[in-house]
Amino acid sequence: MTSNFAPFLIFAVGAALVALTRGWSRRVVLVAVPVVGAINLAFLPEGGGTTIQMLDYTLVPIRVDRLSVVFGYVFHLAALIGVLYALHVRDTVQHVAGLLYAGSAIGALFAGDLISFFVFWELTAVTSVFLILARRTDRARRAAMRYLVIQVLSGVLLLTGTLVRAHETGSIGFDSVGLDGPGGVLIFFAFGLKAAFPLLHNWLTDAYPEATPTGTVFLSAFTTKLAVYALARAFPGTEILVYIGAVMTLFPIFYAVIENDLRRVLSYSLINQVGFMVTGIGIGTPLALNGAVSHAFAHIVYKALLFMAMGAVLHRTGRINGSELGGLYKSMPLTTVLCLVGAASISAFPLFSGFVSKSMVLAASLEEGYHGVWLVLLFASAGVFHHSGIKIPFFAFFARDSGIRTREAPVNMLLAMVLAAFVSIFLGVYPWPLYDILPFPVDFQPYTSVHVLAQSQLLFFSAAAFTVLKLTGLYPPELAGVNIDAEWVYRRLLPRAVRRAVAGLAPLDAGLRQGITKGVRRVIGGIGRISGPQGLLARTRTVGGMVGWVIALLVLYLVLNFV
Amino acid sequence: MIAGHLPVLLVVLPLMAAPVCVLLRRPAWAWTVAALASWGAFVAAIGLLLQVLDGGPISYPIGGWAAPWGIEYRLDMAGAFVAVIVSAIGAIVVPYARASIEREVAADRIYLFYCMYLLCLAGLLGITATGDAFNLFVFLEIASLSSYVMIALAQDRRALTAAYRYLIMGTIGATFYLIGVGLMYMMTGTLNMADLALRLPAVAETRTILAALAFLTVGICLKLALFPLHLWLPNAYTYAPSAVSAFLAATATKVAVYVLIRVYFTIFANVDVFETMFLREVLMALAVLAMLSASAIAVFQTNIKRMLAYSSLAQIGYMVLGINFATLTGLTGGIIHLFNHALMKGALFMAVGCVVFRLQAANLDTIEGLGRRMPATMAAFVVGGLSLIGVPLTVGFVSKWTLVLAAIELNMWSIVVAIVGSSLLAIAYVWRVVEISFFKPTPEGAPAIAEAPLSMLIPTWLLAGACLWFGIDASTTLSVARASAAFLLGGAP
Repeated sequence: MTSNFAPFLIFAVGAALVALTRGWSRRVVLVAVPVVGAINLAFLPEGGGTTIQMLDYTLVPIRVDRLSVVFGYVFHLAALIGVLYALHVRDTVQHVAGLLYAGSAIGALFAGDLISFFVFWELTAVTSVFLILARRTDRARRAAMRYLVIQVLSGVLLLTGTLVRAHETGSIGFDSVGLDGPGGVLIFFAFGLKAAFPLLHNWLTDAYPEATPTGTVFLSAFTTKLAVYALARAFPGTEILVYIGAVMTLFPIFYAVIENDLRRVLSYSLINQVGFMVTGIGIGTPLALNGAVSHAFAHIVYKALLFMAMGAVLHRTGRINGSELGGLYKSMPLTTVLCLVGAASISAFPLFSGFVSKSMVLAASLEEGYHGVWLVLLFASAGVFHHSGIKIPFFAFFARDSGIRTREAPVNMLLAMVLAAFVSIFLGVYPWPLYDILPFPVDFQPYTSVHVLAQSQLLFFSAAAFTVLKLTGLYPPELAGVNIDAEWVYRRLLPRAVRRAVAGLAPLDAGLRQGITKGVRRVIGGIGRISGPQGLLARTRTVGGMVGWVIALLVLYLVLNFV
Repeated sequence: MIAGHLPVLLVVLPLMAAPVCVLLRRPAWAWTVAALASWGAFVAAIGLLLQVLDGGPISYPIGGWAAPWGIEYRLDMAGAFVAVIVSAIGAIVVPYARASIEREVAADRIYLFYCMYLLCLAGLLGITATGDAFNLFVFLEIASLSSYVMIALAQDRRALTAAYRYLIMGTIGATFYLIGVGLMYMMTGTLNMADLALRLPAVAETRTILAALAFLTVGICLKLALFPLHLWLPNAYTYAPSAVSAFLAATATKVAVYVLIRVYFTIFANVDVFETMFLREVLMALAVLAMLSASAIAVFQTNIKRMLAYSSLAQIGYMVLGINFATLTGLTGGIIHLFNHALMKGALFMAVGCVVFRLQAANLDTIEGLGRRMPATMAAFVVGGLSLIGVPLTVGFVSKWTLVLAAIELNMWSIVVAIVGSSLLAIAYVWRVVEISFFKPTPEGAPAIAEAPLSMLIPTWLLAGACLWFGIDASTTLSVARASAAFLLGGAP
């Protein structure tokens, strides 16, 4: 039996139903949508489905292969976790946006050509922004706008790249693209923006922590991983990705250590984790690609788990800064345990999901002779354990007692976290179901003594380092404050430089400013005079005036042709 | 039996129904006749398109007089395609017009409106069907004269002046066209288009033919309101009754564009008009100017009908641009935009007509918060607006994509920039309406109004739905447009 139902449609219909229903019926719909979607996915036939003819191009809205199916399953799982976690929310906007967002991301996975892909790519941007706006604070609104601009920019790059590529090669197929032509480069940057490449990553750490507690869970799952999928499809084995990925694993660690907002810490660690995947794609061997994909799979689940734990804290206490929290294990014991599972998974403890996926990327980098990169990844792994594995649970649930007494997280949140924790442990103990659906046949043993020993040592020394630093007081204290990284260029440096330059030229400045404002005003006035309601171009002319133009044009033709 | 006479039925049906409206006089009866005739014409047009798709161009000698001597009706793919969209709009506007015209035209003149409406429809369809250059002029005049009357029927007294100005300009345009035809007749002794195409190459270099082409071009550009010959249009569309604006905006200028295509690609098929006669440089410059300046003007308008009128001027720029590329992709883009723009502008003017129906005026300051009071109407407006911008999944995207591709093929990157720039301006003027109607609160003391009646909403949504339908599945329209373009470029029939 096969199904021909477009995965996106299930979510679109679900979103419409959610908008119409309330109470229990809405909850049933919410949970049913990802479940039905996953069942439908199991029955989708391999290969291209229906095609739509557009101009010279054949659009393939549904194309199913092994790569899209793995991502398809984990996206459905993430959607299920996300809706479960948000089940208590009464805000219709969030539910509808969440479902549509998940649906468009899933739709993008199955797009067989760049144009359909572009449509879904833009849809993810437009739908996800509501998850940030739904926080309904001024800060969130501004972050949402910055986020939207970057996301739409990525879409514009993608469309331009597609156009140029279509012109160069005559093909809009969404397969290996490569960096050969300008079209490929544009597409590369479009994907890079969403994958949060270094220096292009600020939108992520800027916007994710501003979203609603439940919205961040959705956001963390889809946008960057969709970009990872796109890179895996279009640029496998592109060597520059190895180094980009290595840098991505490295630099967020430092920011994560000094950052105070715990959800922002997680955002930095998200970039770090995506770095592992990007490196794997860059290496491009079957083992590396399998590693990248399985790491994406595992990562989506445990990162969601961590964001959910922090979201539960935010939900109950209204605070999220490390400096204001602590000692919560007394009031929220279950959340604490579940958070520790997530922390263990992201740190790649043996028997947790991070271990079975990350080790593939590490092994691949060694096999292909990227020793330097391997060292970087190793260091980054230690760093991950440090900031996500220790820092997050430590400052939220232990550390010094902040005196906050609250209640355990709501049942639906706990349920979602339990589901994520279960998957994380299950895959860590028994990874074969995941290995079976990877794009390439897997010939890899995660639990060799070398892997286990190396990883355990790493974890042990990292923990020791944290303890020593903490005891000697060398560890950077949790301070309330805003850490600014590369966005410093446009949020601080440029304004400051301009201000300083302007101040230095104070006498000139006044005149200049007046001149410029006058100029701008004159230009606007000029445009207004020309195009405004009573402007030169829009004024109602006399009949003679109109006929004048006719004659002028006729004369122009005759002169041009007769001379 | 009937199938063989469809070319003439297409025209005769509305033409004969028009005097019946006058005889019946009662608005309801006149409306019934108009509805029957326009839907009949639509069915005939569909039948013709199917015939052409099936067996190639149809030739129909009127009264049995064979072609170069008698008048020949000749429908090829392009003609049938334009006939379908014109008659479709004609058929959809009639049900819409019933309520709208009752509100906007004096009761004792309503039968006149339907009479003129049918005459105009007959004229426009005649233009698409005829294969005779002089006969085309006759239909052009029938369509124009009846549209002057329709505009003047509005109760706003400014409509009278607008109609008068349109009359003068339209007459000059038609006269120029006639002068052009006369000059060609002088040199070749024939009026049949196919015959002209055969004889013109021999005399193409003479000054008479060059002058003829100049007169034809300027005359038709006046009719299709190419910048800067557009000055009659904004007032005419603004002050005409809403149903008339919707009908004319969606059909009249489109048919004029079609005439331009006919002249360049059928009559002058064997003469390289674009290379030898400086047409391309001048027309392309004017088209780009139209796209940019008219869009910029639209941004500043406060009357929504006027804003849409200026946006029409910009869209005509796109069509002329597509024709001027004179490549397969370019001409396809021009033809598909002709079709698509008829859909979106029809939907937009109809949505505005619904607003006028309830509020008596459609200005930016009267529509505050209207999105909550008339959600269905404003939603249709948004769909049409998105098409104007060229958002994917709407018809506008298909047109613009084709045109951009055509420009890239010719390596005209500045044109690509102009198309994108004009689309950005479209975002500006469409967004103003959306923002004011959806995001501004309803002013206090605003009259409580209901949604427009269903008889107006359903036609509006038919067109808005078509904007989405043909945007998502553009394969039918594109293949027809492409076949038309290929046939036109293929040389003389």
